[in-house]
Amino acid sequence: MSFGEILLMMFGAVLVENFIFARFYGCCPFLGVSEKPDTAFGMGMAVTFVITLSSAVTWLVYKLLELFHLEYLQTIAFILVIAALVQFIEMFLRKFIPSLYSALGIYLPLITTNCAVLSSALLNIQNGYNLIESICFGFAAAIGFTLAIVVFAGVRMRLATAKPPRSFKGFPLTLIAAGLLAMAFSGFTSLSF
Amino acid sequence: MQISDVLIPVLIFAGLGVFFGILLAIAAKIFEVKVDERVPKVQECLPGANCGGCGYSGCGALAEAIVKGEAKPSACTVGGAETAQKIGEIMGVEVEERVRMRAQVMCSGTAEFAKKKYIYAGAKDCISATKLAGGDKLCPNGCIGLGTCVTSCPFGAISVVNGVAVVDYKKCEGCGVCTHACPKGIIKLIPYNSRHWVGCMSVEKGAVTRKQCEVGCISCKLCEKACEYDAIHVNGFVASIDYDKCVGCNKCVDKCPRHIIWSAGTQYGNLVILRENIKDI
Repeated sequence: MSFGEILLMMFGAVLVENFIFARFYGCCPFLGVSEKPDTAFGMGMAVTFVITLSSAVTWLVYKLLELFHLEYLQTIAFILVIAALVQFIEMFLRKFIPSLYSALGIYLPLITTNCAVLSSALLNIQNGYNLIESICFGFAAAIGFTLAIVVFAGVRMRLATAKPPRSFKGFPLTLIAAGLLAMAFSGFTSLSF
Repeated sequence: MQISDVLIPVLIFAGLGVFFGILLAIAAKIFEVKVDERVPKVQECLPGANCGGCGYSGCGALAEAIVKGEAKPSACTVGGAETAQKIGEIMGVEVEERVRMRAQVMCSGTAEFAKKKYIYAGAKDCISATKLAGGDKLCPNGCIGLGTCVTSCPFGAISVVNGVAVVDYKKCEGCGVCTHACPKGIIKLIPYNSRHWVGCMSVEKGAVTRKQCEVGCISCKLCEKACEYDAIHVNGFVASIDYDKCVGCNKCVDKCPRHIIWSAGTQYGNLVILRENIKDI
């Protein structure tokens, strides 16, 4: 892939194939920590860190597995890598950004089981990306995740002050808003380069 | 199938596990966060009910705040003096006397003063009544007087007199259960020896309050101007007293055109509510 192609691939991963709105990966933290834009951005950054780093490490681990013809073990190997990275970022945040650590709460260790992280690792292998492309794709996908969660947090700020009918109050309205946002993002599908 | 088909994956995964394990162990040393060992000790002394009565999110948060010095060792309202003593020992500080509190119903709107919008004939319970257009009184912050607080009080200190709940301050222990039970949230804890309180919680504008109740705060701010100690303020169309500053000079009581600033005195060491300044209630 040339540099231009990589840029296009990244652009597509952010908008067209957005992890949340087009592929529906990582919906748990998307709904769980999108109440305030600050925390949402923190979560997005944590996920970006984990995805970018895990894209690199899982690519290397996959090469190791390929060497011994153990491709069938890729899923469990990737989960191992992701779990270790999440542990690492948890320690890091606890030390340096305690406010974010307590704001993210249970959702921080749950990045381990965030399918956005695993799927970006698996998609890298599936699409046959090399190391640089894998890192770029992982980073772009995570930026797409961050964009989605921060935009949605802004929407939820408005929803908090809205006065919907009682049956829609709270989570139902949130889900409807998420659906509308996903439909809006589907407009990017028609982009052609 | 050869033994190596099993052995190699096992060895690789063991190797990966050990590798990441060592990395994490090193990271744990670098990013170690020292937790003050007093925090779990203080938390053990606390009741562990996570009631939030202290103003923190739970007993864990309060324990942290106490160790950091943000909260007093006596901040737990439920644990009382015994808990405060234990925490004081851990923290190595003298525990000051806890300010005794009493509950006070912040409403003066008895049957003859507060106007009603309909005749309520449902279950004798304030919560049921609030479900019907917020209760039968026109004032949205008035005492409904059906006695949800009466049944909630563990000390039997509350009774309903002429449509408004009254706390018998001799029996009140200041536990604050009634403040949570009241659906209108108009029961407040005030220092036991405080001599004045504003008997209104109406947050409506003065003109609206005037139509709803004869003894509602119309936010005229006369009390604010009368106070020399900056202790009474009209916030959100209702006056409230800052008990840290109030010296009990009675100036606001005399000024209030609606006669809703109540005053009490002490007689033979007991708190006595003086009724001269209030219309007969």
